[in-house]
Amino acid sequence: MEYLSIVFQEVYKILFLLVPVLVSVAMIVWLDRRVWAFVQKRQGPNVVGPFGLLQSLADALKYIFKEIIIPSSSNKVIFILAPIVTMTLALIAWAVIPFSATQVLADINVGILYLFAVSSLGVYGIIMGGWASNSKYPFLGAIRSAAQMVSYEVSIGVIIINVLLCVGSLNLNDIVIAQQNMWFVIPLFPMFVIFFISALAETNRPPFDLPEAEAELVAGYQTEYSGMMYAMFWLGEYANILLMCAMGAILFLGGWMSPINVYPFTLVPGAIWLILKILLLFILFALVKAIVPRYRYDQLMRLGWKVFLPLSLTWVVLTASYLFYFNLLPVN
Amino acid sequence: MIAHAIFFYTFSIIAVVSAIMVTASKNTVHSVFFLILDFISISCLFIMIGAEFLGMIMLIVYVGAVAVLFLFVVMMLNVAQQKNQWFAGEVTSKHIPVGLIISTLIFFEIIIVIGGWKYKPEIFDINNSLANTSVSNTHSLGQVLYTDYIHVFQISGMILLVAMVGAIVLTFRQRSGVKKQSYIKQISRERAEGVEVLEVQSNKGVKIDD
Repeated sequence: MEYLSIVFQEVYKILFLLVPVLVSVAMIVWLDRRVWAFVQKRQGPNVVGPFGLLQSLADALKYIFKEIIIPSSSNKVIFILAPIVTMTLALIAWAVIPFSATQVLADINVGILYLFAVSSLGVYGIIMGGWASNSKYPFLGAIRSAAQMVSYEVSIGVIIINVLLCVGSLNLNDIVIAQQNMWFVIPLFPMFVIFFISALAETNRPPFDLPEAEAELVAGYQTEYSGMMYAMFWLGEYANILLMCAMGAILFLGGWMSPINVYPFTLVPGAIWLILKILLLFILFALVKAIVPRYRYDQLMRLGWKVFLPLSLTWVVLTASYLFYFNLLPVN
Repeated sequence: MIAHAIFFYTFSIIAVVSAIMVTASKNTVHSVFFLILDFISISCLFIMIGAEFLGMIMLIVYVGAVAVLFLFVVMMLNVAQQKNQWFAGEVTSKHIPVGLIISTLIFFEIIIVIGGWKYKPEIFDINNSLANTSVSNTHSLGQVLYTDYIHVFQISGMILLVAMVGAIVLTFRQRSGVKKQSYIKQISRERAEGVEVLEVQSNKGVKIDD
């Protein structure tokens, strides 16, 4: 009986986390389209509900009632598994995101490694979808995206090492608390810029959306998908984007910490600050999508391997030497 | 404790079954997917015995990077040729004896390791180890790796570097006739060398070369 109550408590907690995440994913799709439209002097979705807020729900309803078409020459099991994998991986990462010092589902020792591992697994959904479709465009898209995500993960990993050098712990709450006096975005600003661009590439966002470059590959790995399965790819993609924003907010913008440590600001709960920071980063993501033209593939690879990787590695050496020389290394 | 046992057996059964399926499944891509499943369940087992750092690194390195490359290579192979493999077709392959020798070697290695554990338990005693058990897994690993074993650690890094350079040298070939972009060249172009005004005679045209 005791066991069961523990299980129920955990399930309740998980639902309390996942339902808001899913709802905010729907809202974020609307926000993305809206920001995109405003940059181009359009209105964007503004018909369904107030300010068009319910547009995503209407879209979801449409997807649910559409027929799911499974190509006859596809590998059926993997074809169906691919969107499920994408969606699941995008959602399980939220378990370690701290919304305040105590509001975290799993406060594990290796939180940042877990986040990194789960985001590096995200490539499987795309490869599986691309290969199982048994068609040229999806396969090309899958290959592109696999190479792209593996390359940019390397620089993200090195950037995480930079932050960890300043923190001395892999726990996400410790990372947030270490930024009490100064957000890491100030001393590590170049790393923040590189992290932001790598996050764009990691989530296949424009200007790095080559896996689904509609001018060349129809829709890349999701060409053969329809109905709810397509919607799941979409949801997973946007959940991943939100996750990357959350990661950026925690690593560089002080997570749930209020920006100024004075009285009226500290009253606001940490979750609100974190959400505001995630939103700020997401609006930047959306603006980049509207402003920057798509990269060519060799330019993308060059940027990842020849620019970001040496830069971030050099910065690791710099940070480590600085901390060591001034005896600032965090020791516990 | 019961929950612990349930999880342990679930993950180990998945690990063993998927390891068997890696060799047994006829589709090579399926094999790689089973290999990935195997990696994931092994890393879950690592996390269960408290080696969370090892488990996560396993996920990041093997599943996140190595298996992706595996998958790449296997997907590029011609799947139609795979149909007559040695276990499926009539073609008796020369790979079987080599495989048998290697697997016997690995078997004896495992026997030696497990036998050593049985007869000299103090070698594997946790309290005897250099690590400080009061701090977290990651910290104790770092404390040992970067102090007592720093030379071994750096040598293994050098070996990896040499292997990487070797792989690049072996596969690198200079191809002629490939047009490459030089960013410095592009940026440092002046208008004078880029634009040329020509008098074009009628019915003659101009020859443009780059």
